[in-house]
Amino acid sequence: MVHWSAQEKQLIANIWGKLSVEECGAEALARLLIVYPWTQRFFDNFGNLSSPTAILGNPRVRAHGKKVLTSFGEAIKNLDNLKGTYSRLSELHCDKLHVDPENFRLLGDVLLIVLATHLTKDFTPACQATWQKLVGAVAHALARQYH
Amino acid sequence: MVLSAGDKANVKAVFNKICGQIDEYGAEALERMFATYPATKTYFPHFDLAKGSAQVKGHGKKVAAALVEAANHIDDIAGALSKLSDLHAQKLRVDPVNFKLLGQCILVVVATHNPALLTPEVHASLDKFLCAVGTVLTAKYR
Repeated sequence: MVHWSAQEKQLIANIWGKLSVEECGAEALARLLIVYPWTQRFFDNFGNLSSPTAILGNPRVRAHGKKVLTSFGEAIKNLDNLKGTYSRLSELHCDKLHVDPENFRLLGDVLLIVLATHLTKDFTPACQATWQKLVGAVAHALARQYH
Repeated sequence: MVLSAGDKANVKAVFNKICGQIDEYGAEALERMFATYPATKTYFPHFDLAKGSAQVKGHGKKVAAALVEAANHIDDIAGALSKLSDLHAQKLRVDPVNFKLLGQCILVVVATHNPALLTPEVHASLDKFLCAVGTVLTAKYR
């Protein structure tokens, strides 16, 4: 189980409070599809992903991005039980969606870039370190039930 | 992975914009890397890694200079960084996984200081460029 210091929990809560989950979620997923185009393989039925502009404006991308980041909110409320929180989703990503867990790490990297562009100097090295730990822990929890 | 003409243009535009602060960005990227990925500190047991360290500043300048050199010779990064590639293979032997980690921190530094510059397209191009640099630096490992 991951241990979170009081300072880390504070940094996570502070940053989360400053975010628009809808905007950041949409942007994170769009950037994932743009920067790592092979990730589009999971979204064949999302319609037009033919260019960065198309991806950024795609309503299904935006909606799904919001859904993904909303799920992060659940993680933040349950930092001491990420495994339990993500157990069902982990099974889903393995058994139904067939997503290589490496993709969770890629999305984590992209999410940090989105946070960096939105928060600028408020995204201090300590913030980055804490949020890297968080996205890593979420990725680990999502991969936990893979078999 | 190939850098398109668009990628090269994006990378050059970024470097033109940030050239005045590139030394500081190099140092900050290292600082962020040490904080975010503590295992990377194992390559610097001989450094003072405290905030504001002169050694980290100096090393950040070196890293920045190498990236500028690569960007200025973007059509032949392997040629431009050949000596650095030899150094990493023969002497430094930094595990290849670490170049991605430093690359991520460089992107974060550019993002925090120039959010408008790092559009998704530029983010993609810069990420590709940094991957290419990492590939060159590890190309002679075995």
